[in-house]
Order: sequence, then structure tokens, then C-alpha cells
Amino acid sequence: MSVNESLDAARDKLLQRAAPDRTEFEDLVIVPLFAFAVALILGAVTMLATGVDLATIGRSYVALLVGSVGSVNALSETLVAAIPLVLAGLGLALGFRAGLFNIGAEGQILMGGLAAVIFGFTFSALPFVILMPLSLLAGALTGAFYAGIAGWLRAATGAHEVISTIMLNLISYRLLDYMLSLPWVQREGRADPVSRSVPDAAELPRLLEWLDPNLRLHAGVFVMLLAVAFVYWLLFRTKLGFEFRASGASPDAARYAGMHASLIIVIAMATAGALAGLAGANQVLGVLGRATPGFSAGIGFDAIAVALLGRSHPIGVLFAGLLFGALQAGGRQMQVDAGVGIDLIGIIQALVIVFIAAPLLVRAIFPWGFRNRQKGTHQ
Amino acid sequence: MDVELKAITKRFGAVVANKDVTLQVRAGEVLGLLGENGAGKSTLMNVLCGLYRPDEGQIVINGTPVQFTNPGDAIAAGIGMVHQHFMLVPVFTVAENVVLGVEPVGRLNHLDLKTASAKVREISARYGLTVDPDALIETLPVGVQQRVEIIKVLFRSADVLILDEPTAVLTPQEVEDFFGIVRSLRDAGKAIIFITHKLNEILEIADRISVLRAGRIVGESDPATATKADLAEVMVGRPVHFEVDRSGAAPGDAMLVIKDLTVLRDDNTIAVDNVSLTVRGGEVLGIAGVQGNGQSALIQAITGLMPAARGTIRFLGQDITHASVRARHKLGLAHIPEDRQRMGLIPDFTVAENMVLDSYYDPRYARGPQVQWDAVNQWAATAAAAFDVRTTSVFAKAGHLSGGNQQKLIVARELSRDTKAVIAAQPTRGLDVGSIEYIHSRLMAARAEGDAVLIMSSELDEILALSDRIVVMFKGRIVAEFDANVEKPEKSQIGLAMAGVAA
Amino acid sequence: MNGAETLQRPNAAIDLGARRRTRIVGAILILLAAFVVVVLGDAPGDATFRLSRPRDVWVLPDLIVPAQPFIYIAAALTAFLGARQFLRGGGRWTTLSLGLGLGLGVLAFLVWATAGNAFSLTGMLQATMVRAVPIALGGLAAVMCERVAVVNIAVEGMLLAGAFTGALMGSVVGGWGGLLSAVVIGGLFGFILAALVVTYRMDQIIAGVVINLFVLGLTSYVSSQVFAEMRHLNNAPVFRAIDIPLLSDIPVIGPMLFQQNIFVYGALIMVAVSTYYLFHTRNGLRARAVGEHPRAADTLGIDVYRTRYLHVTIGGMIAGFGGAWFTLGSVGRFDENMTGGRGFIGLAAMVFGRWHPVGALMAALVFGFTDSLQQKLALLQTPIPSEFLAMAPYVATIVVVAGLIGRARPPAADGKPYVKE
Repeated sequence: MSVNESLDAARDKLLQRAAPDRTEFEDLVIVPLFAFAVALILGAVTMLATGVDLATIGRSYVALLVGSVGSVNALSETLVAAIPLVLAGLGLALGFRAGLFNIGAEGQILMGGLAAVIFGFTFSALPFVILMPLSLLAGALTGAFYAGIAGWLRAATGAHEVISTIMLNLISYRLLDYMLSLPWVQREGRADPVSRSVPDAAELPRLLEWLDPNLRLHAGVFVMLLAVAFVYWLLFRTKLGFEFRASGASPDAARYAGMHASLIIVIAMATAGALAGLAGANQVLGVLGRATPGFSAGIGFDAIAVALLGRSHPIGVLFAGLLFGALQAGGRQMQVDAGVGIDLIGIIQALVIVFIAAPLLVRAIFPWGFRNRQKGTHQ
Repeated sequence: MDVELKAITKRFGAVVANKDVTLQVRAGEVLGLLGENGAGKSTLMNVLCGLYRPDEGQIVINGTPVQFTNPGDAIAAGIGMVHQHFMLVPVFTVAENVVLGVEPVGRLNHLDLKTASAKVREISARYGLTVDPDALIETLPVGVQQRVEIIKVLFRSADVLILDEPTAVLTPQEVEDFFGIVRSLRDAGKAIIFITHKLNEILEIADRISVLRAGRIVGESDPATATKADLAEVMVGRPVHFEVDRSGAAPGDAMLVIKDLTVLRDDNTIAVDNVSLTVRGGEVLGIAGVQGNGQSALIQAITGLMPAARGTIRFLGQDITHASVRARHKLGLAHIPEDRQRMGLIPDFTVAENMVLDSYYDPRYARGPQVQWDAVNQWAATAAAAFDVRTTSVFAKAGHLSGGNQQKLIVARELSRDTKAVIAAQPTRGLDVGSIEYIHSRLMAARAEGDAVLIMSSELDEILALSDRIVVMFKGRIVAEFDANVEKPEKSQIGLAMAGVAA
Repeated sequence: MNGAETLQRPNAAIDLGARRRTRIVGAILILLAAFVVVVLGDAPGDATFRLSRPRDVWVLPDLIVPAQPFIYIAAALTAFLGARQFLRGGGRWTTLSLGLGLGLGVLAFLVWATAGNAFSLTGMLQATMVRAVPIALGGLAAVMCERVAVVNIAVEGMLLAGAFTGALMGSVVGGWGGLLSAVVIGGLFGFILAALVVTYRMDQIIAGVVINLFVLGLTSYVSSQVFAEMRHLNNAPVFRAIDIPLLSDIPVIGPMLFQQNIFVYGALIMVAVSTYYLFHTRNGLRARAVGEHPRAADTLGIDVYRTRYLHVTIGGMIAGFGGAWFTLGSVGRFDENMTGGRGFIGLAAMVFGRWHPVGALMAALVFGFTDSLQQKLALLQTPIPSEFLAMAPYVATIVVVAGLIGRARPPAADGKPYVKE
């Protein structure tokens, strides 16, 4: 059967994967490296412009390095900072894959964290093995619900999620302030908006206390790793993930293929919100121990950068989150050692994304870093 | 005005779109530029009208070499182009579109739309191009929009007119009228380049013919002596059979029955108006009509992408009027969609992912919540090999395939399962002759297997070649029906129906 | 089939789609009426609205409304409008009824909150205008960008940059210098946005988000690093209100429109000029063509890239001017993230205003009204927690973008990059 044989041969040939070419390597490794380098240089320029002398700039970058990876404590702090960033970043990445630009992680973190605290102190009689996981779950579900609002608005009315999630963020600040002033939430004997504390049985246990009681690394790191694996599986191994990615890449094609667009939008938003809510729960159960106004501290916005830097890929988000966690931890050291404001880290982060999201710009600045490509071969 | 293209070469990355092309056109003549889809005709003309810059070669006007850095330069030099996809702003009026870029203004930069309207009226009167200058473009039928495009070019006092596939959206009668306009423009001393892949049109209108294949000029000929067969062979590079083998028609039971179907657009206007039709197994029903007369909406209603406002759709005896897209798919309804880039596949996904775009949930490829990618890849490779989809591997991005291979991918996906009916919208638009022949043969194979086949196409020749029965849609209704197996209908009969003239 | 049937059929079909909306609006109105009666029904005393201030040239008497009757009448009218939707079908009345009903609801709420009390209506309208300014200017900036098909999420960051620059340069070189610098910096960020999305083809939303993050980081950094120590760099003069002779003496309208500072006048003038520019000039026509069908514009020799650069830069300058309002037009001092989402509300105003400068202004006035309303209500000591009042503008924004109040078509090419070859 020569026809069949030749068909089989053709088939086998089609199943061979091409080796990753240089372009992929450039996009995945060289562009981020350059982006980071340029951002650091421009950060230095900013410091110079605000009257910081060269020696201090040098000191601050040394502090940045030491404070992020220079000691066990630094590594612990880096991981602690990375956990919520990775969790929320995974949620945003999942949204991006589904074509949803969710800016609302900040609000979802606040609502999720608040719910975890309230659940924790309300059911403080429960034992650790039940209370801690359920508190996390309460955070995730609340985050999912809060994000689901924006998803539902998008699916039912076409309201663009960028604006509705930003508004939900602003609403969440006020809602949190209000909740913290309620008598059954506010800590007894306090006039300022502070919630009751999370009971010990709801706390994520510290992992390295046996080494040094000051090490803050907590069990949330396992939650983070599980979440990375889960999102990877969800996106690339499941039917639902295929639907997310198809709707994100081409809503028309997804509809043609019989996928339920509105439902997918709501599910994708809710899943993203659950991850952000989990990030919030991690913060309050693992680090803060209570809720205060604006306890999210901009994590939801930094997570946007993490998701973009990680190219909306779970593994990429993990590394990007670790990098940004290191920047946060190092930034605090920088403030202590060199007196340079931690807001500088925000500038560096924004610059990193500019260059990541505009590879053409990086290529224009560093033409020698890339193999010369014919115009028009990239799509 | 005489224009000469000398040894023009244009590359896009590694792809050479035009290689060493030399052409000339003189005042008062119509040059026919013939070539199949993807031969590089449009690229060449975009070079001439200043949209693209050539990598090599030069443009010579009246003996003087010129260089265009943008379309404004070409317009100033007297070259005007009517693009295949109209370059009109839908929410602007006719007058606004015509004057755009060369607007008459009064004090304070104030737009003088009165003068503009007056000039539009003057040009329409002089060349017999009737149009209301104050009408919004989006309210006008395509035939009128084309007139606006020509007025636009004349308003800029162009002496060279490039007409890129101008008849694609016209009815046969409108084509006759349009040829009248072209002749009168030629007699007024304009030089005209008429681009097409339709052989009978070029033989009718051109004074000279140049044939482009794979980016090169492969022949010139005189329409007085050339025959269709000769031209086709030069254009494709091998002998072409125009006739599709439709022997052995054995229509079976009615499989797809549509009754009193009304479909609304998003803005609540009527797209399909009380349509009833039946497609039997083993027959091809062709839907003819000028673009925008409800054919797309009809197909989307049958496949579940648009809701039916009234009426019923029955498939294999079941009422599927309100069934989901997926339910219809599972019943054996295959859909080759109109817009393959936007709807038919996802360019960023791999060939394998696109192969299962609408069947990834099937037990063959999925277990529980998971997709079994190994099974998917195996099957995708088999289907790609069987349907002649030329790709380096099933892991390549579908967006990197050529148009013909993308369409073959869609056809492979839709036809390689157990289908009962095939709905094909514009199945060969923009494809090369080889791919067209292949896809036609696959559609006829589906018919031979007893599937009900529904084909919508704006190419009347395609409808005539494939269909056992033909219905014509106009303003959302079926205005005429022909049985090709009883008596092959004349093109002009169908054309009249397409224009809304009752037969 | 006979002729009459052919004529009727289309109408019947169209009604299928419209009827749902009619019913939804009817239900909303009846619910609103019920809400007014149940929640606001108990309002003893009169509500006193002051229309004039003692110093005014022409003094109007106070408007005294008996609260309870007014609220019941408002509820009855709203319920009537709602019932009418069900009984007669809405048709063209649907949108109008919804607007009227919501207006009545707001009035009833206002009367309820003021019952047994008094407050200055004129003052509130004046505050409405003032609070609408940054939103209107943000919306106008967004209109300029989206008309050439560039989505500008960065309006927020541009406002913040304008506010910061206004404070810094205003402290150093004075008010006018500060204002000019704010406009220049706004334009600079507009130019950067244009460069990122036009030349480097970055995703427009990502580019906007990044500019917002960058400006927030930079201004926060400088204000904590520099302003904390050098207070004199964050102490700018404030533009005072200028009374327009004669016009400012008109009761109610005078204080609202003609006793304001240059930011209010500037916003009104810019809205007028940009309306003329976009819809009545050559360049405006070309700009809109670029936003609707860039390829067509290109084939006619209009430089798409240049047009986009130009208008996005102008949009940035408008936003920079609007940002200066926060410091030079208001408190004279910069605080971290002091724009508080006004830029995003401006974007919503643009959507609500159907991509038209005048529409954006009107929408901004609605937002300004909710904003000043919550300020006034906080003073009236209503039982509603102040946090909920503070949410009102944000909830209103969501309602607007959700399209409850009608939707319009954005420019066709909005958000899409244009690739020449």
C-alpha cells in the first residue's frame, strides 16, 4: 500500500517538533534581561535627578542585592513578598490568556483578605486543620465573587472590565474602611479602623522559626507552588483552559467553535479573582495577622507587572514574582541603608514592563543584542 | 499620461511579492492585469499608488522617473486607485469621503461641505455616476459605494485609474454598467489598469493583457485573439479544467428544512426576511446574491451563531431553531465559515489546536476535564496529511500557513468527521486555483456521500459550477430559484434576480 | 400574501428585541418608586434650598419644599412612568422615562436628606461645576485620543503628572509657569504614549497601565524623597475665582458658570474649541477619518502616524491642564495619588458622552453632581455611612459603562494599531 505508506511517512514528519529557534530565546531571555538592565540604569538616573549622589546610588543598589538574596533572612523576605505577587499574578495571567484585562486584583485582594480575617476570628473555636484551609477558601471565594461582578458586567452588558475593575478597586477601599468600623469587626477598644486579630489556629504556620524566630517565611509558599502547578494544568491541559485561551485569542472563533463566551468570561474572571483573593488571604493569615485600611499595599498593581513580565505563563509568573519579591525585599533594605525611598522600586517595575511589552523598543535600543531579522518575518 | 513600471521588485521579509515586473499603460487604453489570487497584483498596484515602496526598480511618468514616498505623492502625480476593499469611511457622507485629504476650506479652516457637494454633483453628472452627496456611506449599497470610489479618484483629477478587482461585488448587470463607465473614462483619455482574475471580463474590457504569476510577468496577449483556455494556462501555469464533475446526482431525503425564518441584526433591522428552503441529502444548494443581502445572516442562523427571531430550522427531523452551536455540530452539521482568519481558525494557535477547535471536548480527545494532547496531535497529523495541508509540523502556528492551506485545514477539520450537512460560506474566496480545485473536489465528495451541501458564494461562476439548485437572495428574501439539473440557468437570469428584478 | 401583512411583519419582528429593554426599564422605575416610598418615605418637616447668598446682587427667595408630600409625588410620578412602560410600550420614551425617573429619584433623595434642614443649592451647583472640571478635561483628553483610535487609559497618570508638575513648578516659578509646565509634561506623556503604541506597537491598554504605574511611582518617590524635606517646593499659589462682570450676577447660573477660576473657563472653552475642531474643520475631518478607517486615510495621503502622534499629544496636554486643577486650582499642594481615579471616571464620561466633547462635559457634570452631593450630604448628617456616599461616583461610573443609559458606537478602529505594510 504505497499510498498509505507515504501518508504515514508524511504524518510522522508532521509530528516532529521544531527545535526552539533563536527568536524564542531572544524573547524569553534577552529581552527581559535588557529590560531589567535599562530599568536599573534609568532608576539610577532618577535618583541622580533628585539629588542623590553617585556613592549613595551605588550603596543603594548593593543594598538592593543584599536585601534580596544576601542572607537567609533576605531570602525569606523575598519569598514572603513573592507569595502574594505570584498568586495574584497567576490570576491576572489567566485573565490575560482569556482576553480579560483585569486591573481589579487590588480590590479582590482586599475583599479576599478581609473575608479570611472575618472567617478566622468568627470561627476561632475550630481546630487548625479545618480553620486555616477554610479561611483561605473564604478568601478565595470572596475574591472570586468580587471579580465575578466585573465578569458578569462584561458578559451581560459589555461593560469593559478595565473600567469596571478599577471602579471596584475604589469601591473596595471604601467598603473595607466601612467594614473595619463595624463593631463586630473592629478590634475591641480601638477607635482607628483595625480588625480583630486572626486566631493562631487560622494562621499559616511559620516554616523557619526553628532556625530564627524572626524569619517570616510561612506555609503560603506551598500554596503558591500548588497554584502555579494548578494554573499550568488548567491552562494547557484542560478543556476549560483551551476554552479560555481560544476566547482570549479570538472571541469570534471561540463562538464559532461552540464555546459559551459569556460563561467563559465569568468563570475566567472568577478564577482570577479566587487567586487574587487567595493572595489577600495569604497576606493576612501569613504576614499581617489582621486587616487594616489599604493592607494590599499595591500588590494588585505590581501583580499586573508580574503577569506581563511572566508573559502570562504560570512558570514565567513564578520567576517574575520572585524577581519582584526580591525587588520589594531589597527595596526595604535600600531605604534603610541608603535612605532612598521605596517608591523608586515602583518606577523600576514600570520601566521593566515598558520594555517587556514593547520588544521593538528594546530591539531599537540594543540592535547588537539581536540577530538581524528581515523586516516582516515576525507576525 | 503614460506610466511605466520598470523592473519593480518588492519583498516582504523573505517573501518576494513582485520580481522584476515591467509594465506600461498609455492614455486612452485599458490595460488588463490578469493573475490568480496571491500572484502579486495588489502589491504591484500598491507600489504604483505610493502605499508601498519598491525595493528595486522605478516608476516612470511621461518619461520622467518619479519616487513616491506616500500615497499623497502618487495622487499629486495623477494616479488614483480604487481598492478591492473600499477605502470609504462608513460614518462619513459621500461628500466628506470624496474630499477627504483635499478638502475645500473657508475661514478658520472651516470645512466647506457645500462646495464639496456641488463638485460631487458636477462629476456625477459629467460621467453618469449617479449618487447623493449627502448620503451616509454605510446606508449605500456596494454598487453605489463603488461609484463613490471612482468619483473620489476623478475628484483628484487622476489621469491613471487603477481598478483592483472592481467587479467582485457587482451583479452581472452592474458589471455591464460598470464596463460602460470604464469605456467612457477611457474615451475621455484616461489610462486605466484593470486588475482581475476573471477571464471573460478581461477579454471583454481590456485593450491589452499582461499576465502575472508568482510575482512575475509571464505573458502578454491581445484580447482580440486570445482564448480563455490559453489565458488560464498562462495564468496558472498548467491546463485548467473549469468544469466540476457533477454527474450522478441522486438527491435523497430532505435533511435541512427551513421555514419562515426571520433573522435580525444587532440593531434590530431585518437581515433575513421570512425565508423558507430545503436542502436534500446528496445535493448542492447554492445561495447567490450581492454581498450584504442576508446570506451571511442566513448561514449564521443555520449554524446557531445568530438567533432566529421567527420561524423554524429542522435538521434530520429535529427542531434545531434554538439549539446551541455545539448541539448542531454534534448532529453532524459542518460549517466552513465566511471569514477564515477571524472565525475559522485562531492564527496564534498551532495546527493541531486548530484541528480540534470545535471538537476538543469529544471523548476521542478528552478524558474528564483534560484534553489528551497526544491523541489530538496524532489525529491532526493524520488529517493534515490526508487533506494535503502543507505545514512543517502540526505544532506550527496556523497563522504561518498560506491562505489556501489555512482553508484546507478548516475543510479537513469540518469534513473529516461524520457529517450530515456541510454549510460552506465563501469556501474559496481569495485562494489560488490549485486550492480552489481541491476544495471543490472535497465538497463534491461530501455530496457524493449523501450529505446535504449548502454553498454561499459571491462568485457566481462558483455557484453555477457546483450547484444542483440555486436560490437568489435580495434584501433578505429569496427572490428566485433555479434547478440546474433541469435546465442550466443563464448568468443574466440570475443577475437580474440578484439586482432585485423579479424574473 | 397581501400588502398589509408584508408591511406589518417587520415591525413585529423588531419589537421582539426592543420589548425586553422596555420591560427592564419599566421594572427599574417601579422598583425605584418603591424604594423612594419605603426608604425615604419618613421625612418630617420642610426642606429649604437656598438659591442666593446674602451678598448677591439679585436675591432670590429660598425654595421651601414640604418634604413628605414632595417625596410621595415624586414616587407616584416615577411609578407612573414605570407602569406606562408596561402598558403602552416604551418606544422613544424608554430612555427619556429612565432619565426622568432617575432625576426624580435623586430629587426625592435630596429633599429627604435636607428635610428639616437647609442648604445652599447654588453652592452645590457651583461645586458640581468645579468637581466636574478634572473629569471633563480627562474625558476630553480621552476623546481627542480615541477619535484617532488610540485608547488612553493613561489619562489618570497624565492628570497625576499635571498635578505634580503644577505643584512643583508653581512653587518655583509661580502659578502661570506651573500651569504651563503641567501642560507641557502632560503633552510629553501623551507623546510617550503615542510613541509606545504607534511606533513600537505596544498594546494600548498595557501602555496606558504602565504610564499610570510609572507616574504614580515617580511622583510618590519624589514627593516622599524631596517634598518631605523641602516643603517650599510643594507650596504653589492657587488661581482664585474671577468674576465675569454682569454675567456673574445672574442668580444660580452666575455662581455656577461665571464666578469660577481659569480651570472652569478653560475647560468650557476647550470643549467648545475641540467640538468646532473635530466636526467643522479640515484637520478634524482627517483626524476622525484616521480613527474610523486609517487605511482609507492613508491611501488619501493623510499621515496616520503623524495624526495619531499629534492628537494623543494634544490629549496629553489637555490632561496636563486638567491635572494642574488638583494643585493650582484647588489646594496648592501635591499629595500622593491625589487624582484618586478621576482620570478613569473621565474615561467613563467619554463613553457616556458618546465620544463627543460636549457629551463628555455633560457626563462629567453628572459625575461632578454625585461628587458634590456626597460632600453636601456628609454635612447634613444623614444616617447613610459616609463611605457609601463616597462610593456613589464609582457606582455611577459602573452603571454608565454597563450601558444602562444607552450605548454608542466608538470609532471603528479604536484600540487597533495601524501597520503600514
